[in-house]
Amino acid sequence: MGRFIAKRFISMLVTLLFVVTITFFLMHAAPGGPFSREKALPAPILKVIEERFNLDKPVYQQYLIYLKDVAKGDLGPSFQRVGWTVNEIIEKTFPVSAKVGGVSVLLVLILGIPIGIVSALKQNKWQDQLAMFFATLGVTIPSFVIGTLIVHIFSTNLRILPSNGLSTWKHYIGPVIALAGFSLSFVARLTRSSMLEVMQQDYIRTARAKGLSEFTVLTKHALKNALIPVISYVGPLVAAILTGSFVVERIFAISGMGKYFVESVGNRDYTVIMGVTVFYAIFLVVMVFVVDILYGLIDPRIKLDR
Amino acid sequence: MEENMKIPDYMWETLSREEKDKEKIDRPVMTYWQDVWRRLKKNYLAMIGLVTIILIFLIAIFGPYLSSYTFSDQDLEITNQSMSMKHWFGTDSHGRDLLIRVIHGARVSLTVAVVASIVNFFIGIVYGGISGYMGGKVDNIMMRIVDIISTIPLVLYAIILMVVLKRGLSSVILAIGTIYWVRMARIVRGQILSLKELEYVLAAKTLGASTWRILFRHLIPNAMGPIIVTMTMMIPSAIFTESFLSFIGLGVSAPKPSWGSLASDALGGLTSYPYQLFFPSIAICITMLAFNFLGDGLRDALDPRLRK
Amino acid sequence: MLWTQDYVSRGDFVENKNILEVKNLRTSFFTHVGEVKAIRGVGFHLKEGEAIGIVGESGSGKSVTSMSIMKLIQDPGKIVDGEIIFKEKDLVEFTQKEMQKIRGNEIAMIFQDPMTSLNPVFTIGNQIIEVIRKHKKMSKKEARKKAIEMLTLVGIPSPDKRVDQYPHEFSGGMRQRAMIAMALSCEPSLLIADEPTTALDVTIQAQILELMKNLKNEINTSIILITHDLGVVADVCSRIIVMYGGLIMEEATSEEIFYNPKHPYTKGLLKSIPKIDLGESQRLIPIEGTPPDLLNPPKGCPFAARCSDSMRICKEKQPPYFYTNEEHRAMCWLLHEDAPKTDTKAKGGIAIG
Repeated sequence: MGRFIAKRFISMLVTLLFVVTITFFLMHAAPGGPFSREKALPAPILKVIEERFNLDKPVYQQYLIYLKDVAKGDLGPSFQRVGWTVNEIIEKTFPVSAKVGGVSVLLVLILGIPIGIVSALKQNKWQDQLAMFFATLGVTIPSFVIGTLIVHIFSTNLRILPSNGLSTWKHYIGPVIALAGFSLSFVARLTRSSMLEVMQQDYIRTARAKGLSEFTVLTKHALKNALIPVISYVGPLVAAILTGSFVVERIFAISGMGKYFVESVGNRDYTVIMGVTVFYAIFLVVMVFVVDILYGLIDPRIKLDR
Repeated sequence: MEENMKIPDYMWETLSREEKDKEKIDRPVMTYWQDVWRRLKKNYLAMIGLVTIILIFLIAIFGPYLSSYTFSDQDLEITNQSMSMKHWFGTDSHGRDLLIRVIHGARVSLTVAVVASIVNFFIGIVYGGISGYMGGKVDNIMMRIVDIISTIPLVLYAIILMVVLKRGLSSVILAIGTIYWVRMARIVRGQILSLKELEYVLAAKTLGASTWRILFRHLIPNAMGPIIVTMTMMIPSAIFTESFLSFIGLGVSAPKPSWGSLASDALGGLTSYPYQLFFPSIAICITMLAFNFLGDGLRDALDPRLRK
Repeated sequence: MLWTQDYVSRGDFVENKNILEVKNLRTSFFTHVGEVKAIRGVGFHLKEGEAIGIVGESGSGKSVTSMSIMKLIQDPGKIVDGEIIFKEKDLVEFTQKEMQKIRGNEIAMIFQDPMTSLNPVFTIGNQIIEVIRKHKKMSKKEARKKAIEMLTLVGIPSPDKRVDQYPHEFSGGMRQRAMIAMALSCEPSLLIADEPTTALDVTIQAQILELMKNLKNEINTSIILITHDLGVVADVCSRIIVMYGGLIMEEATSEEIFYNPKHPYTKGLLKSIPKIDLGESQRLIPIEGTPPDLLNPPKGCPFAARCSDSMRICKEKQPPYFYTNEEHRAMCWLLHEDAPKTDTKAKGGIAIG
């Protein structure tokens, strides 16, 4: 187990280095400097700015400096918002996003898995067809459509849901549904097909032949195996909810990191784009690492296989 | 139960081979793809999906020629008009005909989806094919890279790429085309790994066929089933991503419409003119649904094992 | 002329009580293309402490027979007709709840592939303890002791360590031993082994068969051994049932099956197994063709299309059982007294009814 964790940890570090590198060089390949949109600045001021942001140094030195800073946890200053560092921006906006995102992830797992299981057990019966009908809708309607529809119907017309910010629990309903919709449907479908596959396995037949009740067969023998692919989706799930926040936070006027990121993309705040991307990547890679460990705990075969 | 009967003599005649075989030929022999098509035809949802997709393509290709408006014609006299005989889907805040804009949106979305999927398809096939065929160390390193890439959310990549690239249709295609090949590469590799041990590949090797020939003549055609399913599933992902990018303002540049940017444009006047959001949204949903149905159907038809 | 169309229980002739008696069992699968009649009227009996073999190729209905006895036929399959008398009670009438008390406890089962038949995410011990605790009133500790005992019995080295390992840490042969330990842990009166050696290496096969033979004597369990390999059953079983196309083609003692087979299919099976003991070079003769389509089963003999001696009547009418002696019956028109004498036709076949 120790070796397994160590191996995963190293591969996590390699992934992070890869991400930081790609992000850095992509941002530096962007057309025009960060100040190109402004009116031409007087040369001395430009020089001061360039020095401050290390823009006068060769790219590889900038890269090394950036790498060192990231390792120290410093994502640098914002180009556009004078006086703000990327770290400060993240500190201010991430908790907001994390609250909505966290509730959404919980909702996806708490609802999606049972729906999938029930669907599989009632295969082709009305329960299954109903659940799969909604699950299919869920993966076909983009989150920005769900979000705007919720705002339009429940906030503007019916006036039963608030549409701005996150001050009460009612504020969460709209954004969480818009964020979780796709993943919830996906998890339900995944659990269902995984469960159906597991129920065909020989060891389920063995469990039945031992005289175990159908309940034990399901909850003990089938479920643990069926959840393995679902767990491996948790990483992508967090990623999906994260990127979903880009539009959902805009629609519901939540000042979270997603909204901020999109704004930074709009006004080409390169250090913020870079910093937030790196932060997202670190966050996700760590999530994947945790899921991997979890995976190793549930599936005893993993330790030998890798 | 007891029986008492006399068996007539002719019953004891020995049967000839032909007579014995008579019953065997009642099932026509079908090739793999004929069989797939037969199973697909039985799946009515998949067929609805297929027909819808064909219709959407036809509308996207020929629709603009049948309309007297163009997607960029502004007429400030008729801004934000509701549905009418002249403008079936109404007009937008610049007085442009919404129907023609949605049809043009279909062009953009489908072009992006199809071209990006083809790009993905080739990268995925070459990458996965080489990785699976070479095996060993090469495979190990190539798959590690794939592992790394797949850890990071692809949409994030697409966003950064769009920041870097000049805005426009080709950039969107490039951004989406270069990020989604990972899944294809994995599937192709898995298929190749299991196929390359089969006898006919060994036979081809012994006969001295070159690596590339074996890969492209023998292995990839036989891995085609799962590859096609992955393709069908990739198209809706690409449509999703494109509309997503357009929605946050990183897609094709105005005045060219895409479903995502149409939905985004509609946001401002949502309270007064909800139909402006309704039509592009419905277009996305129908297309997504159609591709999903077809993809599910294809998967079931190609893999009878998974069928119940 | 009188024949029996159906099998008549012959259990009355012998002293030992029948532990299991299957009568006219029919099981079908109702698929989207139609009813697949997997077994079409199967009857046989099993005495206490006896071991019988059911032999046939895949699709002959042998596994469906065993799953029917356990009542483990899954949707869309159903037992359509017949009786399964186990210890004087008809299992067909039992509810699933009642069956749960029988399964693993009074009737246990071993499956073909030990690689996939054990749950990969639980330890071997966990899986054995589970079945013991389900049927016997034992504490966790006692059950664990019993599990280790069972692992010792089936010849697994250092069982007290092995008990906490996962299936993937066991070799194929060891897994099958663990499966046997699990099956026998509640001392069942009937053990059904469905192709227990097929997935194993030849040397391991012999070991597992030897183990089963010894255990049978040790704990007086009746055994139904299902296999496609006649060679496997000869050693362990006293009687052999040959199945084809969802029907019993021939039933006799092991000696009779090997030295005096009546049915062309049995003869074909015998010709297709290698005989090492003969010491002379002998060609293996495969049976040509494929088993019948049970969606539309032939109205005559299911083997007619592949039989070298088939006659017109074979296609027209399903043959009755012809009895050579009390324990030897075969479903073949060649045994009819009016049938033309061919070289493969056995001498002195009699029909009783």
